[in-house]
Amino acid sequence: MTNINFKNRDVISIRDFSKQEILHILDRAKKFKAKPNPKLLEGKIMASLFFEPSTRTRFSFESAMQRLGGSVITLADAKTSSSAKGESLSDSIRIVEKYCDAIVMRHSLEGAARLAAEVSNNPVLNGGDGANQHPTQTFLDLFSILETQKKLSRLNVALVGDLKYGRTVHSLAYALSLFNCRLYFISPESLKMPGHVIDEIKENKANFSEHTQPERIMPKLDIFYATRIQKERFADLVEYEKVKDVYIINNALLKNVKKNFRILHPLPRVNEINYEVDDTPYAYYFQQASNGLWVREALLALTLGK
Amino acid sequence: MRAYKVYAIKDGTVIDHIPSGKGLEVINLLGIANDQDTVTLGMHFNSKRNKKKDVVKVEKRELTPEEVNRLAIVAPTATINIIRDFKVAKKIPIRIPNEINGIIKCGNPNCVTNHDPIVVTKFQLASEKPIKLYCFFCERTFDLDEITLS
Repeated sequence: MTNINFKNRDVISIRDFSKQEILHILDRAKKFKAKPNPKLLEGKIMASLFFEPSTRTRFSFESAMQRLGGSVITLADAKTSSSAKGESLSDSIRIVEKYCDAIVMRHSLEGAARLAAEVSNNPVLNGGDGANQHPTQTFLDLFSILETQKKLSRLNVALVGDLKYGRTVHSLAYALSLFNCRLYFISPESLKMPGHVIDEIKENKANFSEHTQPERIMPKLDIFYATRIQKERFADLVEYEKVKDVYIINNALLKNVKKNFRILHPLPRVNEINYEVDDTPYAYYFQQASNGLWVREALLALTLGK
Repeated sequence: MRAYKVYAIKDGTVIDHIPSGKGLEVINLLGIANDQDTVTLGMHFNSKRNKKKDVVKVEKRELTPEEVNRLAIVAPTATINIIRDFKVAKKIPIRIPNEINGIIKCGNPNCVTNHDPIVVTKFQLASEKPIKLYCFFCERTFDLDEITLS
């Protein structure tokens, strides 16, 4: 594990990382959490290119860079940048990379971060490319699972809600399949896990099953990963109305859960988790969000050779 | 006596058993439309194997294995015969390459390769039977019928 070298490595897709590499990154994040914010990146500049809106991902990346002593240059508004004038993404990246040491980006097109990585000599960290990947979210999800369960392997994990469009659940299902977790996919029929994700996790010999209701599975679970049903994905709002409140976690649902059971959510939540759940020992979604900082510190430090 | 719908060539390449209607795509894919070699295209011939087929004959030019492999995308069933002095000198089997760069378009409309004017598409062979191709950029896997030539 000590031979893993991340210097100049891009972080585009969770599929690019082996189990050992994932564990190495999580271990580094754990060290940052234990001893926060060493000034490792003084003199380094991160370009923050969010062509699509983001709150948590952007803030935590920018905060991580600054807490490690580095600085941030940022695309204030994609509407006023060169891309709005018709400049190709390849050209934009070629210019920006000259001004920085690492690029963090989010873009609505799938494969945009991979393209940036092909063009740039600096490490590119994907903050989300369309419906494809959001690897740093997956790292922080894994970090939170490891933190609460003290292990990643052979856990019983339910992924719940919009499994069709939610990119976080696609990447997480893949990553958990590397660790031999038992996966329960709980969704309305219309929002089932796509076939291409199922094919991938089958390749990793994952044990999984698909369900429409969570009740009977609850006592088996270690992790309940809830997701928002995304209104913006529905062309027909009548269809959205049918499924929007189909899974609401409340205290009644938590009656028979295991002691180590935890609820995670990539946030923002709308109605999926009742506020009463926030005060139970099972709620871990806010700590999960704050773990994004340590994971992003680890990724920035590692890719910048520190 | 057999009536030749397309005359025999002395030297060159005969691409036979092209799926019916795909002959023009084969010509485009090989980029031979603008060459000065004589090219003959026959479409919708009767075929014992597939009922109908297209045939392309390229005179005075022997296709390379790399060119032949590209045909796997539009004409995986085609057979390639190298002709020397009116005789079949060599048959080249089609083998789909493990990586295909630039000649096909990603089937995902939201893939960056369908929006950026500079990027060259890159696909990896995910499965040979049936043929499935994995887009290096958007990470989706496509069946052959979801892919078009760029």
